[in-house]
Amino acid sequence: MSPELINLIIQATFESLYMVGIAALLGTAFGLPLGLFLATSRKGELFAAPIVNRVLGIVVNATRSTPFIILVVAIIPFTRLVAGTSIGSTAAIVPLTIASTPFIARLVEAAIREVDGGLIETASSFGASPLQIVFKVLIPEALPGLLLALTLAVVSLLGYSAMVGAVGGGGLGDLGIRYGYQRFMPEMMLAVVVVLIALVQIVQSAGDYLARRVNRRLRHR
Amino acid sequence: MNAHQSLAIGRPIETLEAISPAPVGLDPMVRFAGISKIYPAYRGKPGVNALQDIDFAIPRGSITGVIGRSGAGKSSLVRLINGLEKPTTGRVIVDGRDISALAGRELRLAQRSIGMIFQHFNLLSSRTAADNIALPLEIAGWAKADIKARVAELLALVGIADKHDRYPSELSGGQKQRVGIARALATRPSVLLSDEATSALDPQTTRAILDLLANINRELGVTIVLITHEMSVVRQLAKEVVVLDAGRVVESGHVADIFTHPRHPITQSFLAEVIGDSLPVSLASRIVSERPAGGQAVIRIQVRGAGAGDTVVVRLARELGLDVALLSARIDEIGGQHVGSLTLGIPGGEDAVTRTLAWLSQYQLPAERLGYVA
Repeated sequence: MSPELINLIIQATFESLYMVGIAALLGTAFGLPLGLFLATSRKGELFAAPIVNRVLGIVVNATRSTPFIILVVAIIPFTRLVAGTSIGSTAAIVPLTIASTPFIARLVEAAIREVDGGLIETASSFGASPLQIVFKVLIPEALPGLLLALTLAVVSLLGYSAMVGAVGGGGLGDLGIRYGYQRFMPEMMLAVVVVLIALVQIVQSAGDYLARRVNRRLRHR
Repeated sequence: MNAHQSLAIGRPIETLEAISPAPVGLDPMVRFAGISKIYPAYRGKPGVNALQDIDFAIPRGSITGVIGRSGAGKSSLVRLINGLEKPTTGRVIVDGRDISALAGRELRLAQRSIGMIFQHFNLLSSRTAADNIALPLEIAGWAKADIKARVAELLALVGIADKHDRYPSELSGGQKQRVGIARALATRPSVLLSDEATSALDPQTTRAILDLLANINRELGVTIVLITHEMSVVRQLAKEVVVLDAGRVVESGHVADIFTHPRHPITQSFLAEVIGDSLPVSLASRIVSERPAGGQAVIRIQVRGAGAGDTVVVRLARELGLDVALLSARIDEIGGQHVGSLTLGIPGGEDAVTRTLAWLSQYQLPAERLGYVA
């Protein structure tokens, strides 16, 4: 493979990492509080607000059921408003963030709901405020689950990032489609797939390792 | 602090003013006044009357057992004491304060003077033993250095100073409950609520934990409320007992009084669990209703009260001149009182049986004829 092509792959890899990294950060920044709220706002729960919970749940489901490629195109005006342009890797971060926020929120909700309800009762029984329960009980106890959720979100984002090539987002997926498929360069396609597999492997292993390290539940003697 | 006050029951308190200010000695740690708790119907499930007409007091410094079958309302009752639930009607006065009327920050402050331990320990798996004990102190806003000193003190108090840095997954059930007890005592509460705290432990560990609770009561003067479905727990630890059934208090008073003279069927069934009312199978299978030639009449005597059982067989044999056979006996001690039954074989004719029953009734020992054995 020519040095130019290898340079293309390296550049595309950095574009992918840039898009996915920033989108994962922003998605977590929005998705973590949203997920925490979803997990604690049903009837009788810490921040009980059943109607708001319902409405947010519907919005989250609606966003998640919109195919990503349609979402990318549909929000182009919004993307232009936020990023100043609708083309390029920076612009692609907008739809990636919007798609990953509800996904992360649901994963966070599931991880938080895994925490034994008895612990909430226990903390309440010695006078903990709802916020203290969130920060001293729910998040620390759910941490292994939260780390695995985040890992899953990053892996999914890598997949999504391949689609933003359709609007000039760049990245590995875009490279694979344009060179590998449209220009009939199977070796380019193969190289892109290999890099993606390696990235997913690294992210997943790192996530698993961190989650295992903070998990005190299973560490037995 | 350990004065034995009898539990006042059946006197509904109309107003808070009626019970406060109370004279010294009548000032209980916890008072339930006209309590009912109704869970409304929800999503097709019918409503539940969890508690009704609850009026009783828990004396300061006492160890009071609240015993009942599952679904009797024990858990609701204990959750009213620490304000985790609100009564539908009535008030719960804890240490002179109407906890059922508090909310928000005021309630959270009051909850710091009420500790609670749980059946499944409810320790945070992400924190070490020491950090679990530190949690209520962090919540109460203690300074780091104070927390450190207090945690060391508490670990020593519950006898697991060496488990400081262990995570709950590395501790045994008994050690976990010790951490739970230390955590409950961290903020120096005046009441310790125990919600089936030994139900998940083996008998030996249960005994050790109950001994620890007795020590804590004696040395720190903490009032302990023991919620349990196990008679053996009440028998070993409590001085006062409240028997709950179907959301109502059916009996309450000194453990010794209640269990030597149980009136309610539920109380009697709890008692049967420890003293084993049933006869040994080998004996029961030999009992017949017609007297065989040369057979003995089988008489069972209920033993209730201090020293009631220890000499009865000897005295009966001596005073009536009968060769009484001891067929089966089970006597246990509850609150310093003997409770159990003796099953005797009386030789001779009907005359001997009549004389025996008359002698027993003279000493107020309830007895019944079960039949005859060869």
